[in-house]
Amino acid sequence: MSRIVVGPFNRVEGDLEVSLDLDQGRVQAAYVNSPLFRGFEQILVGRAPLDALAIVPRICGICSVAQSAAAAEALGDAMGLTPTVNGKLSRNLITATENLADHLTHFYLFFMPDFARPAYAGRPWHAAVAGRFTAVSGEAAAEVLPARAGFLRLMGFLAGRWPHTLAIQPGGSTRAITAGERIRLLAQLREFRSFLERRLFGDTLAAVGQLASKDALLAWADGRAADFPAFLQAAADLGLDRLGRSADAFLSHGAYGLFPAGTWQAGAAAAFDPVVIAEDTTSAWLAEGQPRHPARGETLVYADKPGAYTWCKAPRYAGQPVEVGALARQVVAGHPLLLDFVRQDGGSVMARVVARLLELALVLPAMENWVQALQPGEPFCAQGDMPDDATGAGLVEAARGSLGHWLSIKRGRIERYQIIAPTTWNFSPRDAAGTPGPLEQALVGLPAGDGAPPTVQHVVRSFDPCMVCTVH
Amino acid sequence: MKVLWLQSGGCGGCTQSMLCSEPRSLFDELRDAGIEFLWHPALSVDSGQEALTILEECAEGRLAFDALCIEGAMLRGPNGTGKFHLMAGSGRPLTEWVERLARHAKWVFAIGSCTAYGGFSANTPGNPLEACGLQFDEQTPGGLLGAGFQSGGGLPVVNIAGCPTHPGWVVDTLEKAALEGVTGADLDEFGRPLLYAGELVHHGCARNEFYEFKASAEKQSDLGCLMENLGCKGTQAHADCNLRPWNGSGSCLRGGFACIACTEPGFESPGHAFQETPKLAGIPIGLPTDMPKAWFVALAALSKSATPKRVRNNAVVDHPVVMPAIRKKGGGK
Repeated sequence: MSRIVVGPFNRVEGDLEVSLDLDQGRVQAAYVNSPLFRGFEQILVGRAPLDALAIVPRICGICSVAQSAAAAEALGDAMGLTPTVNGKLSRNLITATENLADHLTHFYLFFMPDFARPAYAGRPWHAAVAGRFTAVSGEAAAEVLPARAGFLRLMGFLAGRWPHTLAIQPGGSTRAITAGERIRLLAQLREFRSFLERRLFGDTLAAVGQLASKDALLAWADGRAADFPAFLQAAADLGLDRLGRSADAFLSHGAYGLFPAGTWQAGAAAAFDPVVIAEDTTSAWLAEGQPRHPARGETLVYADKPGAYTWCKAPRYAGQPVEVGALARQVVAGHPLLLDFVRQDGGSVMARVVARLLELALVLPAMENWVQALQPGEPFCAQGDMPDDATGAGLVEAARGSLGHWLSIKRGRIERYQIIAPTTWNFSPRDAAGTPGPLEQALVGLPAGDGAPPTVQHVVRSFDPCMVCTVH
Repeated sequence: MKVLWLQSGGCGGCTQSMLCSEPRSLFDELRDAGIEFLWHPALSVDSGQEALTILEECAEGRLAFDALCIEGAMLRGPNGTGKFHLMAGSGRPLTEWVERLARHAKWVFAIGSCTAYGGFSANTPGNPLEACGLQFDEQTPGGLLGAGFQSGGGLPVVNIAGCPTHPGWVVDTLEKAALEGVTGADLDEFGRPLLYAGELVHHGCARNEFYEFKASAEKQSDLGCLMENLGCKGTQAHADCNLRPWNGSGSCLRGGFACIACTEPGFESPGHAFQETPKLAGIPIGLPTDMPKAWFVALAALSKSATPKRVRNNAVVDHPVVMPAIRKKGGGK
């Protein structure tokens, strides 16, 4: 048995290190280290409650709006304030824009370049994939960056800018859209739809959204000239539908009123109960103690703690690690394509990527409907008062999974603020029972070390990790 | 120009913002200006040992590069160990990597306010992270590299401040360095490139008519000027946000919310709630920096008394309720 340390893991958001115990070139155990500590939960303590809206987006440059939305929900919960109809639609649009842009960035810039590696030279798909997806210089980047920037022009209208907006408020949005701007938003959505249908899918969004089984998906992809089919061809050849399986326990907070909240485990869907969440600090460089619900959570540094190996806490749902992300969202929502994947082979690299791209096909048409439902002239922001003493929770879905904020306010100031980010769930370390986190489980059995194919790279990136959120 | 890029105590948002560069694809834009990434943590293919080899060769002076771009605050804690960020795979503090690499760089660029001045990480009460900027602790020269640091090109750290940075600020500064070089005359006293920090956020603000008449917003989503009540610092913040639009057509003010002066050192702890204007005897204390207070108060009183009904009424709603009057040919008085 030997141990190797893999890092820096680039093309993830933030810094990541993975230690692997190897035996005969196979992973026996994995230890995931989030090596950067940020301290945002302490920064927030003592501030005016609404200051959270300016502070939390700075946790993350890629899930910035998701952080804002979670804070706005938690503050709205504390205030007993519900957003206006326009405010809700605006918030949906802003969140969906970020989430879909992140899916696009992940696929083209973070995930696919690994398939252009020389290690795959000789595979039937390699030359075409290398030409299209080589990091920075591949031909896809020249098309996808303008498409992404064009799509994010929605943020110029709806949120002032991205990342780091203050437009999202507990009562809705600071930015009322005019009748004329609504036309421009629809045009921008059409432009992005055109890119997706021509380049990514090679088919209409409606056709992609209706694919209901893995066999139907692979038959659809066969011979189709577009980027998603190109991925499916390479993934099928490399068996990525059977690599990177974790415990197949999934959680979603629910998104946009389109995908419901819930859990899914061993073939059974169940309602989501936020009360059974707890964070364990056994393996983190943080003070020991019993696992705590985030409403009572603490983050106290203990940098020299023996046996610890990461700055990340271990969130558990009813004591178990769970996987979050687009795959979890779609499995919980009961989409037949992803249910078929998970029933056949469990969660996998391929299933996670398919779920992300499927969401592009499912959510963009919903965005078009939300823009059409906006009522210029009706209010975009409800007004309310902040109580001096209150508690609140905000549970949303970022691109990469479930994000929760829990806060308490005392004498007009933030007394406690705790955050569980998607990658905190997925890349959590061992808990007091010794149970490894989802990625730690997914890496076991994979080839690694000298001369191994880049399988570990695919599995790590299939979770679309955001390390800066993880360690907030 | 070969660029080496590292990230530490920040959110990665400056890179995400830079990828929004328009109208050309960022990669095409930089390539044709002769700029290439030797390594960038979010964009390069090289991972693990491949990446460490590039960094080690650069740090030892064996692999030449021109520009060192750092994104994120420098975390020196706990107790000076740098353990709050040991760079993955290397076991060494990221601060040590930055110090080694900076010695060999022709230019050092701090990408974003965290990197320039310390950011939110430096604003935890008591600064337990021991966070700082590359060459500043907020407004005080010093930081990780020290007040006397000069890169090979004879310049202090160039502070492309902003939270996040506008893609144009980074791209234009890198292209200026690659094509013409950067000198001290191109920077202000906080090390910010004048090509964007030579303006104020107020310049070009779409709410200017409301500002002129001191027709102020009273609540979130109102159309009026955000300075009197809602915390806007656009008249004091150095940046061209309303001349160089964000994401096509946006800016914070166009988004309906206050400028929190994110290009200024220390913006993270303003001493008041971000979305409220602190006042003394009913008068905002954060008035425009280069205008005598008495003048401002006198002008404000005058302009308030002269505010047209259209401007006054529209200031406190989220969509115009009074349209500008139309002058008809021959019908005017």
